[in-house]
Amino acid sequence: MRHRVIDVNDVVVRFAGDSGDGMQLTGSLFANTSAIYGNELSTFPDYPAEIRAPHDTVSGVSGFQVHIGNSDVNTPGDYCDLLVVMNPAALMANARWCKRNAMIIADADAFTEAAIRRAGFKTDDPFTELKVDDRTLIVVPITTLTEESLKETGMDIKSVHKCKNMFTLGMACFIYDRPLDYTLNYIEGKFGTKHPEMVAPNQKVLRDGYNYAANLQMVADTYHIAPANLKKGLYRNITGNQATAWGLMAAAEKSGLQLFCGSYPITPATAILEELAIYKSLGVKTMQCEDEISGICTAIGASYAGSLAVTTTSGPGLSLKSEALGLAVMTELPLVVVDVQRAGPSTGIPTKTEQTDLDQALYGRNGECPLPVIAAHSPAHCFDAAFNAAKIALEHMTPVLLLSEGFLGNGSEPWLIPSMSEYPEIKPPFAKALPADGKFKPFERDPETLVPRWALPGQKGFEHRVGGLEKNHDGVLSSDPANHQLMVEERAAKVQKIADFIPELRVDGPESGDLLVVGWGGTLGHILSAVNELRAEGRTVSQAHFDYIFPVPRNTGEVFGRFGKILVCELNCGQFANYLRTLFPQADIIKCNKVQGQPFLVSELKDAITEAL
Amino acid sequence: MATLSFKDFKSDQEVRWCPGCGDHAVLAALQRALPKVSQALNYEKERYVVVSGIGCSSRLPYYMDTYGFHSIHGRATAVATGIKVANPWLTVWQACGDGDALAIGGNHFIHAIRRNVDINIVLFNNQIYGLTKGQYSPTSKFGAITKTSPYGTVEPPFNPGSLVLGAKGTFFARSLDVTLPLTEEIMTAAALHDGCSVMEMLTNCVIFNDGAHKSISDPSFREDRTIVLRHGEKMIFGKNHDKGLVLNGMGLRVVTLGEGGFTEEDVLVHDAHCRNAGIHMMLADMKQPDFPVALGVIRDVKEATYDDGVRDQVKEVTAKSPIRCMDDLLRSGSTWEIK
Repeated sequence: MRHRVIDVNDVVVRFAGDSGDGMQLTGSLFANTSAIYGNELSTFPDYPAEIRAPHDTVSGVSGFQVHIGNSDVNTPGDYCDLLVVMNPAALMANARWCKRNAMIIADADAFTEAAIRRAGFKTDDPFTELKVDDRTLIVVPITTLTEESLKETGMDIKSVHKCKNMFTLGMACFIYDRPLDYTLNYIEGKFGTKHPEMVAPNQKVLRDGYNYAANLQMVADTYHIAPANLKKGLYRNITGNQATAWGLMAAAEKSGLQLFCGSYPITPATAILEELAIYKSLGVKTMQCEDEISGICTAIGASYAGSLAVTTTSGPGLSLKSEALGLAVMTELPLVVVDVQRAGPSTGIPTKTEQTDLDQALYGRNGECPLPVIAAHSPAHCFDAAFNAAKIALEHMTPVLLLSEGFLGNGSEPWLIPSMSEYPEIKPPFAKALPADGKFKPFERDPETLVPRWALPGQKGFEHRVGGLEKNHDGVLSSDPANHQLMVEERAAKVQKIADFIPELRVDGPESGDLLVVGWGGTLGHILSAVNELRAEGRTVSQAHFDYIFPVPRNTGEVFGRFGKILVCELNCGQFANYLRTLFPQADIIKCNKVQGQPFLVSELKDAITEAL
Repeated sequence: MATLSFKDFKSDQEVRWCPGCGDHAVLAALQRALPKVSQALNYEKERYVVVSGIGCSSRLPYYMDTYGFHSIHGRATAVATGIKVANPWLTVWQACGDGDALAIGGNHFIHAIRRNVDINIVLFNNQIYGLTKGQYSPTSKFGAITKTSPYGTVEPPFNPGSLVLGAKGTFFARSLDVTLPLTEEIMTAAALHDGCSVMEMLTNCVIFNDGAHKSISDPSFREDRTIVLRHGEKMIFGKNHDKGLVLNGMGLRVVTLGEGGFTEEDVLVHDAHCRNAGIHMMLADMKQPDFPVALGVIRDVKEATYDDGVRDQVKEVTAKSPIRCMDDLLRSGSTWEIK
């Protein structure tokens, strides 16, 4: 059968099944092979908090969305062109994400009467019930076909069923004209060393799935997504959490310090600790502590002893670390605190993404307790954001809060591998010479930057005491009213002066106009897509994104002054907008907010921007 | 290296504890013990870091002319752990109180002991919250009348010794504020111990819990109500050296030598290095009026330390790994080239 091959700019594929169906792996394989093929891409794992929720229930559905294209792929995509569902529950949970002309591949074997009931359908026809019966439905017995494919191997039925995701991957590869070589090699690389026995069966099922789709009457057309015009060089895929870990390690290398991470497992930040724990060969010391408080306190101790100290967490963990953050501010020790934000308050929805910890990051401590807050805007950008957070912490002697998001931490994208020669040296202000009186003064400041010097235990003659009690410049306890005010003001001014060391705010589009669309953190991709689509439709829109939240770039007020309105888009109830209103009361700041544990849809942003224009 | 004296460890800060507070004596003992430790181990002064939490006793780092870190309530153990793991070359001492280490900081305390981090913890136990002016603590006696227990507490106290041994502690010793030479002796032993050393100091709070330990510390009967344990020596005590501890079934028993057929032969010999903590636990648990309170080094056992483990693992993995720098790492694993 000859298929028509249609060239398209981009497609969105969503794989969904039970938590045990291997959908995260299937999605990653599809993404990786597309990356190697040369496409731009963005991924979005959408998985439940339960490790193995009851079989065939909606709460146990795990999804992985991949957006591939030949240019301008900024987001994982709002709606999908192909939805793969391994059971009725996956259809129930994901049908609403299908485009009008989408294709749905379903495993017919899984659509038993019992499974249909367990998924919560009221009728026997899930497709009609969800009103997706007008899409291209490819309901085929994937489980039976996989069993058939592997019947000669003598594998047990459980292992055979673990390969059925490869059958669907093979089908998807045929439909989107993915050369199988990439996927076959990838399977070899993935299973080769640890599970060599799994290579051949997975490759066979993949090929059989591919060929099955090729022979299917229902697959009339296939689609080709040409490689993107990417910058030349060596690439790798990287998740935000991995990039965060690597950025911190890069900062340790550039500062010549040992990296110490004290942490406690918490979704969705745990992967940073896991990643750091691997790289002992780069001198990384990790400590899985007894609790979040110990995570930050061991890091503060390590910082005092001269390490690049880090603690990683998510919102509830940050709450527990608040008091110790104040101690780090008071002792003026370098520290990086990474908060991979998730839906709150309290335990909230741990596996879903949000930007609701901004207020906590800015204000969540007792006393006058300012510390720099910076944010990562894409999975790969987590590398630079973590590097910059560490550089600021070490050179300005302050704890720094780095805000990431579940969406960024778990998401991945291809990354043009940098060379470490492109990154600056990091130079902590080590105390080198004692003053004339022979006494080290731990809070005497550099007159330019207001940064105190760093003397490390073990350094002869620099013995001194630090702690949570207020002190004077000499490091002597003081409850003198004027000294307290002076020290409070100096600590704040030290942080404010960091604005002189960070890049200015850059406007994308016209430098002045009626509307500036503003965001921070992981919303950048969606905002860019929305703005680009509106521009393609003939609208004039300017856009600016904040990587540095506190202090804000020096030119922020001046930029805001050039626009009639500032539309702040964020995944919370308006925390950044409120903050900007306080800083720039003269600016007309309006809000676009969403708090559903999900990223923005590009369409939602387009609507909000259009309304504001 | 120049010989250090106790004056080298005295800072220029005015000591602000109440006159008569037991903490003064513990500070003096530490300032006297560290020169000896320095001599024995060839340690320079800059090698010492003294860490504390919050409470009266936690002011101690300000009075020591060493590196010092006065942290936050309960967290001294975690800060001390971070310092030691980051730089195992440093000698880390920790001062903390019964409320600080056993209530708000209980979690860090037991886990540092379980991990056997090589830090020296001086636990000041005055059985009261002093700095907040007189509330009961986790070591206050059952029924203690304090500002927050006007009708007496209805909760039993922790015995720090059994807590330490229960958490697999490798070193536990006890002393009284009034027995300064013994305090100095156990501090020196703690410094020589590789691993987490806990020293319980039974201290008096003259203002809010005066006489907390008087029933054992008063010189007129101290020798009859306490026993100083020393490794390899018979467990004999009493003003007249006529009382001893013997095994009695599964427990201990106090006997008078020469009575009931008991002689010195029957008395237990203290073995602080015995890995089995059974007898150490019974010794740590002894209390008046049936038993003398055990002082001295009750347990001192050698086990691998956490900080050495972390450091050695870094060395081992580094020796094997081909990834030596970030550029190696960035280019490792699955990559592809766009030409």
